[in-house]
Amino acid sequence: MRRADTPEEAAFRAEARAWLEANATRRQGPADWSLGPRDHSFEAEQEYWAKMKAWQRRRFDGGWAAITWAREHGGRGGTPAQAMLFAEEQAAFDVTSGFIDAAVGLVGPALIKYGTPEQRERFLKPMLRGDEIWCQLFSEPEAGSDLAAVRTRAVVDGDDLVINGQKVWTTSAQHADWGFIVCRTNPDVPKHDGITFALVDMRQPGVEVRPLVTMKGDRHFNEVFFKDVRTPLAYVVNGLGRGWPVTTFVLMNEGANIGTTSHGRTRVADLVADAVASGRFEDGVVRERLGAGYVEERVLALLQDRLRRAILDGRRPDVDGSVLKVFTAESGHRKAELAAWLEGALGVLAGPSAPMQGIWQDSLLARGAMTVGGGTVEVHRNGLGERALGLPKEPRFDRDRPFKDLRVSG
Amino acid sequence: MPLSLPDFDLAPEQVEFRDTLRRFFEANAPMAETRRVMESVAGLARPLWEKAGAELGLVGLAIPEAQGGQGFGLMELGIALGECGRALAPIPLFSAAALAGRVVARVLEASGGKAEDWLAPLAAGQIATLAWQEDGGPADPARTRLEARPDGAVYRLTGEKQIVLDAPVAERFFVVARTPGSAGGEGLGLFAVDPAAAGLAIEPAEAFDPTRPLATLRFANVAAQPVGEPGADGSAIGRGLEEATVLLCAEQIGGMQRVLEAAVDYANARHQFGRPIGSFQAIKHKCADMLIDFEASRTAARAAIEACEADDPERSLLASVAKAQCGPAFVRMAIENMQIQGGVGYTWEYDAHLYYRRAQSFALLHGSASEHHDRVARRVAAAEAGIGSKAKPGARAAGGAGAQR
Repeated sequence: MRRADTPEEAAFRAEARAWLEANATRRQGPADWSLGPRDHSFEAEQEYWAKMKAWQRRRFDGGWAAITWAREHGGRGGTPAQAMLFAEEQAAFDVTSGFIDAAVGLVGPALIKYGTPEQRERFLKPMLRGDEIWCQLFSEPEAGSDLAAVRTRAVVDGDDLVINGQKVWTTSAQHADWGFIVCRTNPDVPKHDGITFALVDMRQPGVEVRPLVTMKGDRHFNEVFFKDVRTPLAYVVNGLGRGWPVTTFVLMNEGANIGTTSHGRTRVADLVADAVASGRFEDGVVRERLGAGYVEERVLALLQDRLRRAILDGRRPDVDGSVLKVFTAESGHRKAELAAWLEGALGVLAGPSAPMQGIWQDSLLARGAMTVGGGTVEVHRNGLGERALGLPKEPRFDRDRPFKDLRVSG
Repeated sequence: MPLSLPDFDLAPEQVEFRDTLRRFFEANAPMAETRRVMESVAGLARPLWEKAGAELGLVGLAIPEAQGGQGFGLMELGIALGECGRALAPIPLFSAAALAGRVVARVLEASGGKAEDWLAPLAAGQIATLAWQEDGGPADPARTRLEARPDGAVYRLTGEKQIVLDAPVAERFFVVARTPGSAGGEGLGLFAVDPAAAGLAIEPAEAFDPTRPLATLRFANVAAQPVGEPGADGSAIGRGLEEATVLLCAEQIGGMQRVLEAAVDYANARHQFGRPIGSFQAIKHKCADMLIDFEASRTAARAAIEACEADDPERSLLASVAKAQCGPAFVRMAIENMQIQGGVGYTWEYDAHLYYRRAQSFALLHGSASEHHDRVARRVAAAEAGIGSKAKPGARAAGGAGAQR
């Protein structure tokens, strides 16, 4: 069962709710702006981003933008438990900071841990305020699950780093003012030793962003090309060639960014109610599948609640984050399959023609966002085997040789 | 180093209790003992049962102190059963403490009756079990046909019960029966029967899981004592069975943990192609999936136990969620454990098959996953109908978090 709030938690929750009531409106339904751009047009996207920025700014002014960060960095000096309580309250309101907030959560803690005082002073508050939007420049055509194989070259030229190469799957690069990039400064040493983590201005000549269209039809990620792009050495984080620890720190935070908020009638209970209304619930096969879908959804909620209790109690969670990641990704897809199956032949429709305005068809097409994005479920299973169960790693051929001597595909 | 999984949010005294029991079963119930008992006629490790009862008081864990029990809750009983299930210990702890113990307790609570007559002997170590299923149909006591006819101070039972757990070793049967002319959930009662009673035939049956002996009971006008008030509503029996189902899940969590450990230990130790087989993704991913099944199952079982203890309105729903989750998960895990162990996992000598037999039987006892899926769907539909009459659909859609409760 859900753990009850302590008096301190209840007080904090009340304070958060009062602020939210004064600064936002409650969720109404499918027309809520926070559910995403109303269509795939550029104008709709711009409008959506303007609203997200405005909300980020408002949260910053209210002191709610980064609850766990120290006050000197623009945070609230609070606990992870308080951050979760705020997020729970915020979920009832028609607001989102979307990827703005997600990017802050990735690079911000890395700057606090590894950055120079000057870097923190220059970047943290503008990022929190939503004045500067960030993107993560990690994956490359030749460096996916094997991120340490990045080939984007960066060479020192005077006081600058000069960057040439290509990134891919870069979420929101088209909206970003700054990016944090993983690049190769030394190909003559083993792969993990030649990597540098730097902050780079995205609004400069030589940075070219080309949108990629997902199979679902949206354009949230991009290819990004760098041609003689410069960034000061002062914006290198943790020193030249010492970028890998920073990178893995960010990846750990990416794994922690679990916890999905669902909007609209997407619970299995809603599917049950619809099946009752349509008469299909009389069919034992329908009931069996609905019950199985509910069990999976409920078990996921119970797993999330276990994580929640640990955060509230200030304990290290006793369930590995990758368990939740894999379970969320795979059960989410099965739920979409169930919902589309319940639609019967009408499930072949899509968009406004389909039942439920096509949310389940969209969900079927968004599968990769969960099973590939944030680390493939296969990489997470490797992590479970090695980290949680202590199984040996695969033999590797890339650890001790200079990067330039390694074999690449293609 | 053998695999050690993190504790699941247990209080320090619960961890200590579990560790004590694990050491106890490792010392007193090694697998050789389970096999010896399983292949013997007796089907019971009497000294082990007496130790578990006398030294540790496991049977009476959830029985009130006034009846000679320890007065703990279902959580502690669940921990004890988990360790018993981990060891496949050849003692009828589930039958006595969970199956008989919970149903008797709930019936006494609902309809009066003297706890000292029925619970106190259990706490003192009497081997009791519950006879309730009559066929392979849905696991629902409302389907009971066996009749209890009043005859002076006693009742006379006539009919048949199948797959009665630990019946060959039982010292007392509690039998679910109905009053003549009643039907469905009405008219059900619980009756105590002496195994030596005239007219009772106990026919041991071969069990797919030989670590848990089974028998068919045939009743021909057998004298029986009523427990509580016969003919009262069967909901108390249903409530006790529901708790037993949740405790049955808790017992298998121990077995699941054991097969996960066994698979990982083997994957680390066994070398082929010059490397541990656990370094191959084909094996590593099986182990990862076992871990996901294990975490999902122990989380579901734990939630169901907590809901039963707190008398949460969702306890029946969560009991079905737990059974539907744990049953297929243990089967998958037991199969992967055998598969990872290759040829030896297929032998009589290695223990992998014993857990597979346990898992497969567990999946079918107390309602298959399909049965519980159906129950879950019906409960959710009823809950939604309740919400629908009170709130507008829009409000329901917006209140997603509340509906997760």
